Amino acid sequence: MTISKLLVANRGEIAVRIIRSAREAGMKTVQVYSDADADMPAVGMADEAVNIGPPQAARSYLNREAILKATKASGADAVHPGYGFLAEDAEFADAVKSAGLCFVGPSAETIRQMGDKARARTLALQAGVPTVPGSTGTIDSVETGLAIAGEIGYPVMIKAAGGGGGRGIRVATDPEEFSRMAPQARAEARAAFGGDALYVEKVIGGASHIEVQVLGDGERAIHLFERECSLQRRRQKLWEEAPSVNLTREIRTDLCAAAVKLAESVNYCGAGTVEFLYDKQTCHYYFIEMNTRIQVEHPVTEMVTGFDLVREMLSIAAGRPLKISQQDVTIRGHSIEVRLNAEDPTRNFLPFPGVVESLNIPSGPGVRFDGAIYPGYTIPPFYDSLLGKLVVWDIDREAALARLARALDEFKLAGVSTTGSLFRKLVDNEDIRGGRFDTGWLERWLREAYPEGAAP
Amino acid sequence: MAKASIVSPLPGTFYRRPSPEEPPYKDVHDVVAEGDVIGLIEVMKSFHEVKATTAGQISAFLVENEDAVMAGQALVELGE
Repeated sequence: MTISKLLVANRGEIAVRIIRSAREAGMKTVQVYSDADADMPAVGMADEAVNIGPPQAARSYLNREAILKATKASGADAVHPGYGFLAEDAEFADAVKSAGLCFVGPSAETIRQMGDKARARTLALQAGVPTVPGSTGTIDSVETGLAIAGEIGYPVMIKAAGGGGGRGIRVATDPEEFSRMAPQARAEARAAFGGDALYVEKVIGGASHIEVQVLGDGERAIHLFERECSLQRRRQKLWEEAPSVNLTREIRTDLCAAAVKLAESVNYCGAGTVEFLYDKQTCHYYFIEMNTRIQVEHPVTEMVTGFDLVREMLSIAAGRPLKISQQDVTIRGHSIEVRLNAEDPTRNFLPFPGVVESLNIPSGPGVRFDGAIYPGYTIPPFYDSLLGKLVVWDIDREAALARLARALDEFKLAGVSTTGSLFRKLVDNEDIRGGRFDTGWLERWLREAYPEGAAP
Repeated sequence: MAKASIVSPLPGTFYRRPSPEEPPYKDVHDVVAEGDVIGLIEVMKSFHEVKATTAGQISAFLVENEDAVMAGQALVELGE
């Protein structure tokens, strides 16, 4: 099929990002918006805009019926869900397809398979991809969990099968803790994820979070190398790079091949990300989960490979075979992205909705800003705090760091606190410059850098 | 008698319960002490407790559960 009109079922910076690729592909665009978002940039950029309800996400961006209705009424033939909201909602993907429309993402079946994080582990094992030591599938009782934890060794993570993205995780350091936490975790999972299935994984200390970008057309899959995403707070990424400083050429080849193997084993169709933990000491990597959407940090991959991932998603969704062959994908230079969130790092990352009084967006060589703000814009309190992503590219990592420092100095935003000041400190940090960090590094550093208000 | 109220310290979405399965923090006619939690405000996906700034008896909730509220908006009316 041909997509001639695309409905964007998201908001903020990713809506802008999707509209850009859609326009380049010659598509008309329809932007949905809630009552709180009539003045967001994507509404002005799209050819049409449709109100889908009240500010609360549950009544607008998560309202499947309202979005389907808007799609049909506007005559759009495809829906791009972006990330978050309905991006990994199998029921929504099904409903779009049943209406004879095109969902820009993998099939509902794939979303279900990978959305069940315990099942995804099993699929990875079946594809010959190493997983974090832990339970085979879900645990049916505390006793089973205790036995597995004893076998793999503490500390262990108790994870909700319906979770993912760092949510629904508890760490137990001994059997008593495990016995106490498992029932809590089950109750929490039931409330938060609509299913109480749990699984157990060993905690891999000192590891890097490395993820591989894949594209598949249902038959063939390719990778676009990895992203290094170890710098996290409360398991949420703040700073991402491509490529990772921590991988040798051999490990990179292995890791990326493993991701392709998994994608091909499930006939993956669309853009996806296969997440791994990598232990530098032992050179072992372990699959953790696969995300079946475009990711926030996709621009660093675009910067070092030159490919437009959203364009490829739209092409695959229209039923065309992959245009890119694996040999076409090479890494050139180094890219870093930082997430400019409306949060005050000096006050324990207190969310900071408010009015953007004045704004200077960095530009110049090798600088990309994916954002959705302008002077006078009121940041609504109802959604996540991401205002924009500052992305730099340069010929190597050292040059990219210097460029990031320059771009952060150019970034000026009055009226709202942002995480910008935090990144400016990080750029000068010796560990960051030397690539010496793991998934626990940022929280340890925050405790020292912001002793008053940065309890992570 | 002038009526006192408890206002939202932040803009966001107001919740009367700590989680969907649990009972509301407070109901109409409940007596609240200063510092009692009367609800949650969700702002940018993080949750913040709303505490009573004065003591009194709740005579009315001025907003519904899950309503969008502004910073400074009265949530609860306190009678004598």
